[in-house]
Formats: sequence, structure tokens, C-alpha cells
Amino acid sequence: MSLSERLHPGINLAGTDPESHEAAEEVLFGFWIFLMSDLVLFAVLFATYAAMSVQGIAEGPRPAEVFDLTAAFVETLLLLFSSFAFGFAMLEMKYRENRRGVLLWLLLTGVLGAAFVGMELHDYYVMITQHAAPPQASGFLSAYYLLTGTHALHVSSGLVWMAIMAVQVAVVGFSTPVKLRLMRLALFWHMLDVVWIGIFTFVYLFGVAS
Amino acid sequence: MNWELIFGQIKWTSFVFAGMIENPSLSEAIASGAGSIAVLGALATVILLTVKGWWVPLWRDWLTSVDHKKVGIMYIAIALVMFARAVIEAALMRAQQLSATDGGGFLSADHFGQLFSTHGTIMIFFVAMPFITGLMNYVMPLQIGARDVSFPLLNAISLMLTMAGAIVIMVSLVVGQFSTGGWSAYPPFTGIEFSPGEGVDYWIWAVSLGSIGSTLTGLNFAVTIYKKRCPGMTLFRMPLFTWTTLCTSILMIFAMAPLTAATVMLALDRYAGFHFFTNGDGGNMMNYANLFWLFGHPEVYILILPAFGVWSEVVATFSSKRIYGYTSLVYATMCIAVLSFAVWLHHFFTMGQSANVNAIFGIATMIIGVPTGVKVYDWLLTMVGGRIRFSTAMLYHINFLLTFILGGMTGVLLANPGVDFQVHNTLFLVAHFHNMIIPGVLFGMFAAVQFWFPKVFGFRLHEGLGRASFWCFAPGFLLAFFPLYWLGMMGATRRTYMWSNPDYLPWLALAMLGAVLILAGFALMVTQIVVSVRQRAQLAAPLGDPWDGRALEWSIPSPPPAWNFAVLPQVTSQDPFYEAKKAGTAYRSPASYEDIEVPRNTATAPLIGLFACAWAFGLVWHIWWLVIVSFVLIWAVVIARSFATDTEETVPAATVKAANEAFLAAARAAPGVTRDQEMTSANRGRAIPEALEGRSGTIASGAPVEALS
Repeated sequence: MSLSERLHPGINLAGTDPESHEAAEEVLFGFWIFLMSDLVLFAVLFATYAAMSVQGIAEGPRPAEVFDLTAAFVETLLLLFSSFAFGFAMLEMKYRENRRGVLLWLLLTGVLGAAFVGMELHDYYVMITQHAAPPQASGFLSAYYLLTGTHALHVSSGLVWMAIMAVQVAVVGFSTPVKLRLMRLALFWHMLDVVWIGIFTFVYLFGVAS
Repeated sequence: MNWELIFGQIKWTSFVFAGMIENPSLSEAIASGAGSIAVLGALATVILLTVKGWWVPLWRDWLTSVDHKKVGIMYIAIALVMFARAVIEAALMRAQQLSATDGGGFLSADHFGQLFSTHGTIMIFFVAMPFITGLMNYVMPLQIGARDVSFPLLNAISLMLTMAGAIVIMVSLVVGQFSTGGWSAYPPFTGIEFSPGEGVDYWIWAVSLGSIGSTLTGLNFAVTIYKKRCPGMTLFRMPLFTWTTLCTSILMIFAMAPLTAATVMLALDRYAGFHFFTNGDGGNMMNYANLFWLFGHPEVYILILPAFGVWSEVVATFSSKRIYGYTSLVYATMCIAVLSFAVWLHHFFTMGQSANVNAIFGIATMIIGVPTGVKVYDWLLTMVGGRIRFSTAMLYHINFLLTFILGGMTGVLLANPGVDFQVHNTLFLVAHFHNMIIPGVLFGMFAAVQFWFPKVFGFRLHEGLGRASFWCFAPGFLLAFFPLYWLGMMGATRRTYMWSNPDYLPWLALAMLGAVLILAGFALMVTQIVVSVRQRAQLAAPLGDPWDGRALEWSIPSPPPAWNFAVLPQVTSQDPFYEAKKAGTAYRSPASYEDIEVPRNTATAPLIGLFACAWAFGLVWHIWWLVIVSFVLIWAVVIARSFATDTEETVPAATVKAANEAFLAAARAAPGVTRDQEMTSANRGRAIPEALEGRSGTIASGAPVEALS
């Protein structure tokens, strides 16, 4: 493989040092595989939800009775915009190596992500208090809370990771490990978007429509 | 004072010894005895370490090491310790079933239930998995000419998570009871309603720790094989053991997630009142069966594929022949890996799906026999025309071919849903899967130990004791499990602690005899290791190639240096070291040496393992402060590690050169041994290839080389 083929889009490790790119290749490939196995986990949760949202209603409410499509839509926008902001953070790192710029964009990403988690928690609160729909109510709700909860937990751990990366950018600056970690965090964050699109479509839109 | 806040649900009656005091019986005495052995074993280890002053070396050279070779050895050590426990449990179960015709036997029903649950759980998750993982850890990087795996620290963390799971299971011997739900832990029996105690929680968290460790291992090895092969090592030049490691890694990446999901759901049902698998309220245990076997079926191929790799290496080496049908073996391995995801339903043909669904999965299951058959023919044809040496490893291989085929046949029988309806949940099934796993996986690992032991420790294992052990294990297996086929046909159900049918008795007695032979085989195996350590001077083979090996791992000293390869090899063919020996280019000095970066030891992994162990224990006993504290500490260690910058050290080129030139000089000066003298003390590890006997004696240093053959 030539050097240009080995370069990973999105990071600017020293252009003349093929060895550091080889090292990067290994780390990023490993992270892609991690994301893949994480997606297998989500696939299993989706499959569980698919079965239980039909057969696991029991005496509890149906999907259409408990979902708030407006809130889910706003959450979708929050998460997508946070990914958009992360994209700018990465561009800032790649082309300017500008600490302040990267930190500001990361802050915006984090605020949007935190707002997403906050809204989701609020959704849960409304479901439990107003619709009598806690996870213990039925198999369908157990599966719903596990699927969206696992996603929310991923987003929350992404936020913690982001805070740590902000400290590292501020303290260490743009060393190769820091750049690679930011790159991996970005991949992680975008994957969570993909999963959320699945949740929004399959759980919310499909749930309200059916 | 609220004790529950501090100790959760642990009471003094939770300790196994309390049962003996309150309610003395033989069953309780055995439980207490097992608990005492666990406690005394731990104490003895502590005393030994203290008296010998081994604490510091243990910490400095082993626990904090991230070297794939040491990680591999520690994995296998875990596997052997856990094997000792699980094989004794098996013998106890045999004895119980033998003594329980028309009466209680000597174990209580609950105790028997715990025995088959721990036996299965341990054998799969804490014997077979660590054994194959340890072996892949040690051998695979050497076979692809790499200095370590891609992520050495992650590798050590996988090890420590597995060790944490093993410790949690050992603790269950002393504190509390284990699950009685079998290794597959089917709800609703394992739900909170029918299993209220801590037993199922022990199962959940021990298995979860092992499963996370295996996911990370799979990821790590797949990246290593894709990215760290030495120059010239194309995919189709990789040794077959490396190929099977790759397939197993891919299976681990995909198959462990459903298990994690299933254990998490079961835990949510038990701890938080969710309704995934409960009776009523929309729960459905079929989802558990699907998730568990979506993991469970690939799992059996996760276990068997590395063993297939071992068999391929062993048969080629001890037949002094290139493996027959290399490409077909690679494709067969891949076929099996893919098909393994399409057959999980055959584990529950009787649980209510339509006949057509059963038929499809039955056919898919039978199709797996085709690539497996290809492999068997390849191994047989490798032996044809070869000069076979009947070493211990080769004996295991021949035994494997004979018995594995029989097990495969019964597998095809079971794949037919009509037959399965008759014999499911009987000892026929128990006989079938032991027939696959023992001669296939377990004996494969034993053969691997015989084969690679001299590489790992620099001396061979005592051959006579190895054979003696084999001649106990092999007939022991046949005696212990073939009667179970008959018993299953007669209707004896599995997991049964007492009988009323006297016709079973002679078959159970035969099986017991087999269990005794297996125990004798294990005792001889331990003896073999002890005797070999004592006689290591006579058995030494430091020059690295005692068996006339073929792949790269035999081209370096035994034991290998920390950096594995002084200079990364360049290969131009399959079996590169064998080709180099034939061409006379082996043991040449490289043209130049460079500094080598190796990762520094770190306390990160053992600390994570320790806190993970505490976390699981806290969860089992509802000690919430411990759960929170240890969870925070796990991540604190990870975060602290991310700020460390000085994580590598440099081995100067001069050090590497001195060590490597000394080895090469010794190898060249050695006269070399022919295959006839393989098992004598003349074998110092420089082999003269078969058919090149004329070339014994020292070899000239020759011109420095860039590439091996």
C-alpha cells in the first residue's frame, strides 16, 4: 500500500513519517472492530425489541400510547447537531491544530449531547409518572428501556470520555496519542448517531404508526 | 448498626462451613471439604509465595507483564487449576449417579445441581476458553513473525478479567451457593421467582467477566493477524493454527455480544423486576434460548477451531510432511465459522417452532459435517506416505481422528429433528457433546502442551509419562462416555441425581470406571510436568527446534526472548523455517540489528482485574457501596493510564545482537539430531530435517541473510 492509501481520513499525523501512520492504522482498525462488536450488541437489542414490542405488551400500554414523537424528534436533532459540531472540532484539529477552537467545538458537542441525555431522562420520567409505563410494567417496556437506555449509557460514557479528552487537549496538546483518541471518540460518537437513527425510525416512528 | 449496608446479604450462614455445623451430612461434608480445599489452597499459595520470597517476582515478572508469552502462560495456568476442580466434580457426579439407584446416593439434589452447573460453566468458560486463548496468545504472534499482539495492555486486561471471573467462581465454593440452573442457566428457572438466592448471580457475573474478556481477545487477535504479519507473510502463507485463530477471533467478536445481552437481561429481571424472561407480564424465555445459543453454538466452534489448528500443526510435523490440502483446510475453516451462525436452533428443536424451521436448521447442521469431513480427509492424507513418529501428541491426534468421527456421526443423528425429539435431554446428548469436546478440544490442548512445551520452557516433557497419561485418558474417555449413549437410548435423562431403573447400573459402573481412568490420566499428567521440571537438564532443548518444526516459532530460541525475533523475518513461502532448513539458509546471522521498542510492565491490568472481581462480588451479594467504589476505581485506573506517556522501553541493538548471535552460534555448532533420536537426551533442539540425514554436523555461518527461504 502506498503512503497516501494508508493515511486515515480525518487526522494529520506527520505526513513524512510512514511509521506513525502504520501505528495509527492498527489502532483505528482495532476501534472499527470494537464498534462492529458494539453494533452486534445493538442488533441483538433491536431484535429483542422487535419481538417484545409486538408479543410482550401483556396488560401494559402499547407503543403508540406512550411515545412522544415531538420529544424524540428534538432529541434526534440534538444528537445530529452534536455530531455536526464534533465534525468541526475534528476539522479544527486537522487543519489548524487550534486548541481553543477544538475545545469550543467539543464544548458545544458536549452540551448538545448532555441535552440529549437530559431530554431522554425527562421522557422516561414522563412515561413513568404520567403513563404508568416503568420498565417493570411489561416485556415490551423492559425491551424499550434496555435498548434506549443502552444507547443513552453509550452517549453518557461518550460525554465522560469527551471531558477527559478536553483535559488532555488542554494539558498535553495535539500529541499523536491524543489525536488518535479524538479520532476514535469521533467514530464512536458518529456510530451512536447511526444507532439513534435506527431507534428513531424503528422504535418511535414505526411504534407510533403501527 | 445496619450490617446489611456493609455486608449486603452475606450472613454467617452463607459460609459453606455453616451448613456442615447446622445440618451435618455427607453432602454437606463434601461441600465443606471443597470449600476447605479452596481456602487451604489459597492459604498454601500465600505461604509458599511468602516463604520463597516470590511475591515480588510474581508481581514484577508476571502479573504486571504485558508480554503475550507470559499472558499466554498465565491463561493456561488458570485453565489447569480450574480443570482440576471441574474434573473432580465430574467424578463426584459419576459416583453419585452410580450410587443413586433407588435411593438418595450421597449428595443432596441441590448439591448435585450445583455440581453440574459449575462443572459445565467452568469447563467451557474457565478451562476451554482460557486454554485456547492462552495457546493462541503464545503461539500466534510467533507464527506470524510479530513481536507482540497489536494491543498488549488490552491483552493483559482480557486475562485479568477472565481471572477475576475464575476467582468469583472459586469464591462461590466458600461463600454461598452456586446456581443449580446448569451452564446454560435457562430462565424462568433461573429467574428470581424460582432461584431467589445468590447462585444464579454468581453465574451471571462470572460469565459476564469472562465474556467481556473474550470479546476483547477476539478483537485484539483479529487486528494482530490482519496488521502485524511480518514482511512476506501473506494470508495464504500463514500456518493453519494462525488461520484457525483468525476464524475463532472473528467468531468471538460476533458471538460474545448475544451472551452479554442475555446475561444483562437476566440480571435486570433478577435485580430490577424487568420482564424479559419471566412467566407472564410479556416475558418470553424463548428469547433467552435464542440469545444464549446464538452465542452458544458459535462458542463450540470458537473452542474447536484452534484445536483443529493444533491438529494440523501436529500431524504435519510428526508425519514429516507438508500438510495435505492447505487451501482446502483454510476454506473449510472459514465455512465452519460462517455456518456456525446458522445452526443455533438445533439446541431447542423441541421448544415449539414449526417443522419447517426445524428442518432448515437440521439441514444446516448436517452441512457443517461437510467441511469438517474435508478436514478429516486432509489430516488422513497428510499421514499417507509420511514418516510418522508416534509421539504423545501424534497419539492424541490419531485418537482424535477415530473418536471425533464417531462423535460427528452422533451429531448428524441429533441434527435430525425426528431423532432429536427422541433423545434430547438424555445422556445421549451428554455423550455426544463430550465426544466432540474431549477428544477434539481438550485432547487438542493436551497435544498442544506436549508439542509447544519445549518452545515455552526450553525443555521437553517426559515422553514416557506423557504416553502413560495418554493411555489413561483415551480409554478413560471411551469408557466414561460411550455407555452414556446406551443410557440415553434407554431413556436416562441428563442432570438426574437418582434413578429407579436397575438396568442402568452396569453402564453407570462402566462410566465410573472411565472417570477413574481419566482422573488417573490427569494425575499422570501432573506427574509428567513435575518429573520433567526435575529432569530439565536432560530434557533441555534450548536451540528451539526439537520436533523438526515448520513454522517461524521454531526458528527462535526456547524460551524465546522478550522481543521474540531479533530481526523481523522475511518469508517467501509456506512453512518458511522448514524451507530454510532444507535450503541450508537457517541459522544465518542477519545483516544488521536495530533497537527494539517493547512495552513496559504496568499495574493497570491487575488493578482492573482486582476491582472487577470486587465489583462482581458486590453485585452477587448486593453490597452496593462495593459495587459503586469498585466500578469507579476500574474507570479511574483506565483514565489514569490514559495520561501515562512513558509506556515503552528500548532494548538496545547491542543487547539484541549479543543474545541472538550467541544463540545462532550455539545452533550452528550443535551437531543436530535426526528424528530417530528425537526422544533421547541428544535432542538439544537443532533438528536435521527428515530426508536430509546426511547433513548432520555443524553448519557454516554463511553469508548474512535478509530473508528466510
